[in-house]
Amino acid sequence: MTSEAYDNVMSSTESISSRLSGLANPTRFLDLVRRVLPWLAGVSVILLAAGLYMSFTAPEDYQQGTTVRIMFIHVPFAWLSMMAWSVMAVAALGTLIWRHPLADVAAKAAAPIGASFTLLALITGSLWGKPMWGTYWVWDARLTSVFVLFLMYLGVIALTRALEDAALSARAAAILILVGAINLPVIKFSVDWWNTLHQPAAVFRLDGPTIHPTLLWPLAIMALGFTCLFFTLHLAAMSNEILARRISAMRRLAARQTGDA
Amino acid sequence: MTDHAGFVLGSYAVSVFVIGALALWILRDHRTRKAELAALEQAGIKRRSGKP
Repeated sequence: MTSEAYDNVMSSTESISSRLSGLANPTRFLDLVRRVLPWLAGVSVILLAAGLYMSFTAPEDYQQGTTVRIMFIHVPFAWLSMMAWSVMAVAALGTLIWRHPLADVAAKAAAPIGASFTLLALITGSLWGKPMWGTYWVWDARLTSVFVLFLMYLGVIALTRALEDAALSARAAAILILVGAINLPVIKFSVDWWNTLHQPAAVFRLDGPTIHPTLLWPLAIMALGFTCLFFTLHLAAMSNEILARRISAMRRLAARQTGDA
Repeated sequence: MTDHAGFVLGSYAVSVFVIGALALWILRDHRTRKAELAALEQAGIKRRSGKP
């Protein structure tokens, strides 16, 4: 490589790294959220409105009847319950490896949102189970592992809010999040590894989805809409947490100034 | 809609309630933080990195 080519590669690497570190700066991050959030919220509303319309105009399933409409919300909630934990796991790596405060903020802000989607996955699954299985709940591997996920979300929520020292609680929560990530493949493959009442995967399969397109499209649009909604809520909650940290830093500064005077 | 319509409507109603409550909580939290920040700045307290 010539020295000129080497300089070009180095300068482009530096520019990418400076752009990334610029985004990791909380003030710049807040500016970005302010610009992106209305658009993301708008896209979420449009997708969810279209998804809702498609969900209630889709034909009934030949076996499930009208209860198939519960699947259009239950399945996205279940996916998001795992996606939120995956986002938290990436953030936990950011906390433990780079000790970046924005990573702490991302994990703390995602926990209540992930917990809400997991709770909804459990409730809507239960409301589907009663007419289809004849029971609201069974302790099979899929339902139990998702229930464990919900309990772990509550643990992270408690841990990120229990200690005065935000950095210390972030590190403790990061360890819990990474250990808890072991549960994600257990949830995904529980229906293959054990004999469960819960049906196996119908969308993400090596041999393609087994759902008819008339039911797959509403599901896809709802899943996309709820994913956009997750990121809208997550970015908003992250900016709230950054503001909360600013406020507590300013209060500490004010208390110190009062003490010095 | 058949006789299972109650389960379908119940699922959607619970979802609207939980997501609505979550969104309201985040919105209210934002307003509270903004008001607290404005009150501190009005009292002349500035962040170290916010000083000129």
